Amino acid sequence: MIKQCEKKAWEFPALQYTYDALEPFIDAQTMETHYTKHHRAYFDKFYAAIKGTEFENMCLLHIFDMVSELSITIRNNAGGFYNHKFFWKVIGPDCGGYPTGKLADAINFTFGSFEDFQTQFAEAATNRFGSGWAWLIVRHDGSLAVTSTPNQDNPLMDVADVRGFPILALDVWEHAYYLKYQNRRPDYIKAFWNIVNWDRVSSGYLKAIE
Amino acid sequence: MRRSIITFVLLLSGIALNAQTTLQILSTPSGKSTFPKLAYSYMALEPNIDSVTMRIHYSKHFRAYYDNFMKAVAGTPYENQSIKEVFANISSAPAPVKNNAGGFYNHALYFEIMAPNSGGIPGGDLSDKIGMSFGGFENFKKAFTDAAMGRFGSGWAWLIVKSDKSLAIVTTANQDNPLMGNAEVKGTPILLIDVWEHAYYLKYQNRRADYVAAFWNVINWKVVEDLYAKAIK
Repeated sequence: MIKQCEKKAWEFPALQYTYDALEPFIDAQTMETHYTKHHRAYFDKFYAAIKGTEFENMCLLHIFDMVSELSITIRNNAGGFYNHKFFWKVIGPDCGGYPTGKLADAINFTFGSFEDFQTQFAEAATNRFGSGWAWLIVRHDGSLAVTSTPNQDNPLMDVADVRGFPILALDVWEHAYYLKYQNRRPDYIKAFWNIVNWDRVSSGYLKAIE
Repeated sequence: MRRSIITFVLLLSGIALNAQTTLQILSTPSGKSTFPKLAYSYMALEPNIDSVTMRIHYSKHFRAYYDNFMKAVAGTPYENQSIKEVFANISSAPAPVKNNAGGFYNHALYFEIMAPNSGGIPGGDLSDKIGMSFGGFENFKKAFTDAAMGRFGSGWAWLIVKSDKSLAIVTTANQDNPLMGNAEVKGTPILLIDVWEHAYYLKYQNRRADYVAAFWNVINWKVVEDLYAKAIK
């Protein structure tokens, strides 16, 4: 399941679009605070926790594969660092619509239809109590699954209930939506479909099933 | 004239009957719980907690926990159990009962221990006990603040009275609380702070530390002292 990972220097990735690019679905102030404060803090704390340790030369996949043995500081901040940088990549401006090709086939096969997949994903996102994430993953056997994780855990971690390679994610921590949506998490989830970058999700899917 | 006086008195007693304290909430059969009134206006805790947060926190989040709790217990044996009993046997309760019972009680206590023109420090027996337990109010304040800051994700920080009458600071995840049978550290809550992001995000965003610092200005120590007196009886 663990792919070979390339070890590069740790860096905080740039956002590929402006803070207002996802308006009106995600507001500019949320994007700016989410990226420069929340995500940045996870990166800084993660790096501080691994600097000068054996983990500095390990890739995230390997860290996640043994996270149950590591400190809660590494778990929470490695998770927060990865989850957010993954999230920024699978959403974008001028996106939304439907998946096509092999991914569309796999979604129809697994969930019955794209709408049924959306319903299941929305349920996972709505029902994740407290802080966490909803995911579409590719499991070890190549099948698709919808799952959710608490706090900054993710399905790559050995502690996850349902493990697999993420190809789509939605942050349901309140910081992800509270400025614009307050308690109305379902409205945020509905808006999310307008910004999903299906090209990216598709290429993630194709890589995962290689 | 007499009829309107009678109506007025009945109306007032209706309001009084609906003003359940958390101690009453804990001992009332769940099915008979009422939604507590806020003892102050939404603006009353400004600038420490902003009025929009107060309005949404009380009328949306807290209200939803109450409504969903009532729905979850209706027509079940939980209806006749007091919330205290529900908490004691929480491991066997389905998630909707657990999360909403917790959310209902936790928020009722949160709004109960806050008030405008408050803050300062506790007096009386509680002050002595805090002095003995933590080495002074400032030490207690730092320990409680650290707990509130250290709770990762959604949850609460608490000051509780344990069964041996000692004080302890604990935190819980999500809508769990120290009255629950499966709590790591059990005790009777007398002070708490909500650190779910909805409690502070509109005004403070990621700056939880600023929210926790402001919280000390809105604690109604009289209520906390009274809860302490009842807890050690």
